[in-house]
Parts: sequence; structure tokens; C-alpha cells
Amino acid sequence: MASPTVVVLDYGSGNLRSVVRAVERAGAEVTLTSDRVAAQDADGLLVPGVGAYAACMAGLRAVRGHEVIGRRLAGARPVLGICVGMQILFSRGVEHGVETEGCDEWPGVVERLRAPVVPHMGWNTVEAPAGTALFAGVEDERFYFVHSYGVRDWTLETNNRTRAPLVTWAEHGGDRFVAAVENGPLSATQFHPEKSGDAGAALLRNWVLSL
Amino acid sequence: MTLAVRVIPCLDVDAGRVVKGINFKELRDAGDPVELARTYDAEGADELTFLDISASHEGRATTMEIVSRTAEEVFIPLTVGGGVSSVEDVDRLLRAGADKVAMNTAAIHRPELIAEVADRFGNQVLVLSVDARRAPTGPTGGAGDSGFEVTTHGGRKSAGLDAIEWAARAAELGAGEILLNAMDADGTQDGFDLELIRAVRREVSIPVIASGGAGSVDHFAPAVDAGADAVLAATVFHFGTLRIADVKGALAASGHPVR
Repeated sequence: MASPTVVVLDYGSGNLRSVVRAVERAGAEVTLTSDRVAAQDADGLLVPGVGAYAACMAGLRAVRGHEVIGRRLAGARPVLGICVGMQILFSRGVEHGVETEGCDEWPGVVERLRAPVVPHMGWNTVEAPAGTALFAGVEDERFYFVHSYGVRDWTLETNNRTRAPLVTWAEHGGDRFVAAVENGPLSATQFHPEKSGDAGAALLRNWVLSL
Repeated sequence: MTLAVRVIPCLDVDAGRVVKGINFKELRDAGDPVELARTYDAEGADELTFLDISASHEGRATTMEIVSRTAEEVFIPLTVGGGVSSVEDVDRLLRAGADKVAMNTAAIHRPELIAEVADRFGNQVLVLSVDARRAPTGPTGGAGDSGFEVTTHGGRKSAGLDAIEWAARAAELGAGEILLNAMDADGTQDGFDLELIRAVRREVSIPVIASGGAGSVDHFAPAVDAGADAVLAATVFHFGTLRIADVKGALAASGHPVR
């Protein structure tokens, strides 16, 4: 069987080399590009993201990444957001008092963490829910986080006709926030699986195997 | 649950080769930073730091290749520092595969650089490295009220700045983390400078990496008790005096979570 194809969306600066290599290692054939057609056609789309929310959204809009994400989801085609790539999937982000519209795939606001030491930087445990596919086999492992903002309230309402998303939580300095979401074709992690050693590799493999 | 205390080995790299003696029997080439990075990863290092001490342009270019090769093989965070003096330098290192960039002298000369880097790449990429030592307070010494001053040139020159004030100012400007090098403790292997760590912890709310003075596994827990979020060492790891697993074992025995 041919390896699944994954596009890592290239829409800004930062370290994308690690994420490309990590997804390759997970068994996918990876292309780093901002090309919309390629991003739409791939078996999986990975949306990375580092830095400021507003800058990331601006970069994403510049390559019309928000449209690509929307179209893929309309066709139930998998998308994985990482770090700010997860945050931009929510309704909006608030940084230094400035509010920025996100992709609004999920309701919720990305706000500054309230902890004695911020950024939340380092290896933390997560509370993955029963039935998680993404964390299968690594539910009790630590993952590498580095962020100053997060989503404190998960407010998506579901009814008995839709499958409820699986939300994984993490805690730092008394503040509790979303660490990962599995919602049909749309998944996301606040931490960096590509920097989380063997545990992160297993998580990426779980995602690639689902493509 | 709580964040694990990070244990970070630091490698001095000159023109793509590790300097300072390396004493790992298992290594085929003890001077290859990529192989050493792989070894530390396998031993449980939580992050890696490369300090580029190359004097020449060619040397730095070689280090860049090493950063790329490491990022392609080792899947834990990588910080690179040494001679970083512009937004462009930071961009190049991030594109090569660094996750964080450590800045020292250039930020002292032009503090706005901290804000420029943080604005462009986010504050999480910027590690401010502070070489601090005890100094007389007042107008004659470099230190302000804290009794610690910032030094440059490997601790040989005073920068004329109070170390604690500088760390706090850098955090305000947008540094994501402080790498606190205790010049008085460095090389002594007598333990971390707990007084210095406490003084910085009181004034900054970004993560603090304690560096300088590690000599035994028992030295690490007190640094964390004093307020360090992470501990960094070079010589004791390179010479095999201490193993990362043993340091983590000692931390865990003192009640500090480790990975």
C-alpha cells in the first residue's frame, strides 16, 4: 500500500523542518508547501504555527489556508493543527488586548494563561478521554508544550445526532486548558508532537494511520 | 499533574565540532554534535542546547549544517546560541531547525532586539542568556541593589548592568526564558548559585534555566527548590561524571516531577 500523503502548510516562518521529518518518520509522504491545490488534494493536511495569533492568522489568510481547511472539512478530509495551528481553529484569539478572528471551526477564545510562570514550557502530562485514537498507547506519557495562551472553556454543544468531540486537557500552575481535540476529521494538539520524542512520534503515527 | 523539571545538556560547538572533552565510550565520534545529541536524547535529555563558539563565518555556516542534521534526527527541543546578533540570524537558525535561539551580548548592546525577535517569531523562541556574577553595589560596581552584575566576554568584563534588573527588563521586552549562567559557580562543581537563582525567580515570571556549578546529582534539587524550572550542565554530562538518568532519579527522589 502506498504511504498516505501529507501537506505541511507553509505559511510563515519558524522551524518547519522538524515537523516535516517527524511526519515522514510516522510513515507519510510529506510536502512542505503553501500551494492550495496540493493542500486540498493531500490525504492529510497539517497546520503548524508558532508565534503570535494575529501574525499566524494573517499568514494563513495570505495563502487562503482558512478556506483550504474549511473545504477539506466539508469533505471529511483530515486536518491536524499543532500549537498556534490549533489555536487558530477556534473563534478568536486575544493577545495584548487585541482580538483577532480565527477560523471559527470551534467556538472558544484563546486567552493568556493564568499561571505563576508563563510561557508554559516543557514536558507535561495530559488527561486524555476514554476512546481517544490520537493518544492510543501514549495516554500516560508527557508531551512538550510551549505556549503563553490557551483555550480554557470548551463550549461546543453537541446533540445526540452528532458524535461528541474528544477533548484532552492539561494543567499548568493551577490553570486548566485544552491540550488536544479529536473532532471527526479535525484534530489538533496544543503541544508539539514533533518535539515530544517517542510519545509524539507515536501520536503522529496514530494520526497518519488514520489517513 | 505538574510540569517536569527539564534537564538540559549543553554542547559547545566550534565549526561543527564539539569542543571540551567528551568521554562517552559508546560514541564512535565524540566530536560529532549530531551523534552526541542522539545519545543524550536516548539517555532522556528533555532539551538540547548548542552554543556556537566559532570565530569565523565559515565556522558558523558549518554549525548551521549541524543544527539542520540534528533537527532531522532528534525530536526534542533544540536551542542554539552564540553570536546571534540580528533578527536575520534568528530567522536563519529557526529555518535550519532550531526551536529556540539564545541571545546574550547583542541584546545587552541593543535591548530592542529582544522585542523585535519576540514580535516577529513569538517570545517562546527567545532565550536570554545572562552571565551573572557577584559585584560591589553602587556607582563603582556594575551591580545595582541586587549585588549581581551582568558580564560579557565569558565573565571577564562587566557590562555595567544589574543582573536581576536586566533579567526583569528582558522578560518585559519579550524574552521567553532566562538562561542564568552563574559565573561565580561555573567550573567549581560545588553546586548551583542558589542565591542568584532565588534573586532572579523573585523578579521574573518566565521560566528560568539554572546553569553553572553542577558537580553531583544532589546539586540539582536545591536549584529547583530555589526557583529554577530547568537545569543545564555541560562538563559533568560530557565527561560521564553524571548521567542524565541519575540526575532525574535524584530530582524525583526529592519530590520533583521528571519525565
